[in-house]
Amino acid sequence: MNARTQVETPSVPVAADPNAYVRIANVTKRFGDFAAVEDVSLDIRRGEIFCLLGGSGSGKTTLLRMLAGFESPTSGTIYIDGEDMSAVPPYERPVNMMFQSYALFPHMSVEKNVAFGLEQEGVARGDIKRQVGEILDIVKMGSFGARKPHQLSGGQRQRVALARALVKRPKLLLLDEPLAALDKKLREHTQFELISIQQRLGVTFIVVTHDQEEAMTLGTRLGVMNHGRIAQVGSPSDIYESPANRFVADFIGSVNMFEGQVADGCDDCLRIASTELGCTVRAEPARPGTTGATVWAAIRPEKINITRRPPAGQPAAATAPENLVRGTVREIAYMGDMSIYLVQIDSGKMLRVTLPNVTRGRERPLTRDESVWLSWHGTSPVVLTE
Amino acid sequence: MPRIPQLSGRRVVAGIPILWLLVLFLIPFLIVFRISFSEVRLAIPPYTPLFTWHHGSPSLQLHWSSYAFLFTDSLYVSSYVYSLKVAAVSTLCCLLIGYPMAYAIARAAPASRSVLLMLIVLPFWTSFLLRVYAWIGLLKNNGVINNVLLWLGVIHHPLVLLQTDFAVYIGIVYSYLPFMILPLYANLEKHDGALLEAAADLGARPMRAFLRITLPQSLAGILAGSLLVFIPAVGEYVIPTLLGRPDQLMIGRVLSDEFFENRDWPVASAVAILVLLLLVIPIMWFQRLERRELEAK
Repeated sequence: MNARTQVETPSVPVAADPNAYVRIANVTKRFGDFAAVEDVSLDIRRGEIFCLLGGSGSGKTTLLRMLAGFESPTSGTIYIDGEDMSAVPPYERPVNMMFQSYALFPHMSVEKNVAFGLEQEGVARGDIKRQVGEILDIVKMGSFGARKPHQLSGGQRQRVALARALVKRPKLLLLDEPLAALDKKLREHTQFELISIQQRLGVTFIVVTHDQEEAMTLGTRLGVMNHGRIAQVGSPSDIYESPANRFVADFIGSVNMFEGQVADGCDDCLRIASTELGCTVRAEPARPGTTGATVWAAIRPEKINITRRPPAGQPAAATAPENLVRGTVREIAYMGDMSIYLVQIDSGKMLRVTLPNVTRGRERPLTRDESVWLSWHGTSPVVLTE
Repeated sequence: MPRIPQLSGRRVVAGIPILWLLVLFLIPFLIVFRISFSEVRLAIPPYTPLFTWHHGSPSLQLHWSSYAFLFTDSLYVSSYVYSLKVAAVSTLCCLLIGYPMAYAIARAAPASRSVLLMLIVLPFWTSFLLRVYAWIGLLKNNGVINNVLLWLGVIHHPLVLLQTDFAVYIGIVYSYLPFMILPLYANLEKHDGALLEAAADLGARPMRAFLRITLPQSLAGILAGSLLVFIPAVGEYVIPTLLGRPDQLMIGRVLSDEFFENRDWPVASAVAILVLLLLVIPIMWFQRLERRELEAK
């Protein structure tokens, strides 16, 4: 008999990120034939607000429910603080969740709702009262303890749900569309409050949302999901300014996208010939590209200049204009802080351009059916290959 | 110009049930109430009138003797107590059996729910009387149950099952179980699954989550089902007569005996009024609870 039997150690994959608090490793969840989540791997760091952003059916809620323990992965593993969660039921996980519907217990007062979690732990009565009082003060609901959920407004319920989820001082809080049920003004206000509470208590937040503005405001990092897969992970500005693929570019904000072929490169640029656009796109800095390969150039509406005359240095009659097209203003939408112009370029395609309304009360600089030039800087286009 | 009261649709819709209750419930109740204050006599009708003309002026003759009689003869008191006991035990049994069934149906896949509900209601397609008679065939000394047990060698002498309290409980629980299950199901089916998830998320094991969340929220369903079983069970006549003990009557049997055997209408009416009083208390209690429940939503 071999004395040195190999001792099997639980094979926790070496964290790519040493700060990873939650580690989702190759997790797939199938409902019958449908893969709601497909081979997702994610590291979520201690103390950050990580937003899972995606449309309905993108798998973001399923992923959250697997973290809470309400669903178990078909394959793959979830680690929280290095511990494999596969066999841990929801009521034993070091995680609390704030439900989209808030799921407040309708037959219990606000205080009772918040105390529920502590009661399950067998905390002494006096301590429960003190901790419930503290957390209700933090969410500014201290004077509503005796009310029942139906006597509260939507915003107040949201605060109670948050207090109930936070009172056990979880290391990780899962928030499922936390602000979806609030009106716009309240939502903006609550976003900043959520951030300040998160920083005060040092909790790691994982927020599921379909609202990109919410994700951009709340998140230190975002994970954009599409068809059960992670399309891109990065900071809000990474995602907005350097989308990894056409889905992300299109999903976050609005974008003008043109198909074209790689023409040639230069020292500091890549040229893309686009018949759809009717001009060559010069994208800086240079990046590798096989000549003739199909790529897409994505330009954000606020990064396009709109002028009556061609900008200086760009002769209007140039045979091969770069980053310059002519078009006609078709629609103008006045949004208050800015205006959206829909410009039909000579190839027939519509472009979206936004301009801030910097000066008060002046007549809008452009009118419908006016002929204009659209131009942009070489750093503005994002070149996408998928 | 005088306003002509309009016969709006709303008035008609509200008026029909009110008229129904007035004619078919309130007026008969008043008649019974009146008879209970009469005395029995050999005539048609077999009771004394309430008003008599005495020297040209009307005089009211209220007789309390029927009520007094109910408390002097122990038969009545013991029948009341026995009826309440049988109804209470049967209701509890229905609740213990019906709650898990209603819960299982409410948690079943939506497609199979209607099939399961259908199975609960299915016995109603057979005559109630027939189903109670069938229990005689099952419970009697040489009935199906005893024969099977004897054949299996579990027992050597037939068990006395028929004409016992046990047989009455079986009969009532069997007959009234759907009345417990249906309101419970209607209640449990509406429960928000997210609440149980929230409870689990906050550290409650499934049993605790049930006791703290599901059970309190299904209280209205429990009360509705319990009343639907308890109230008819108190006045149950057929089941105890066919399956029950001959030496201990339930109040429904006493009532019918007073009317048809003794032809003592005033005593029978007094029995009926007291049954009603006994039942009004739990009904009012239930309505108060229900109102509070509605306010909480």
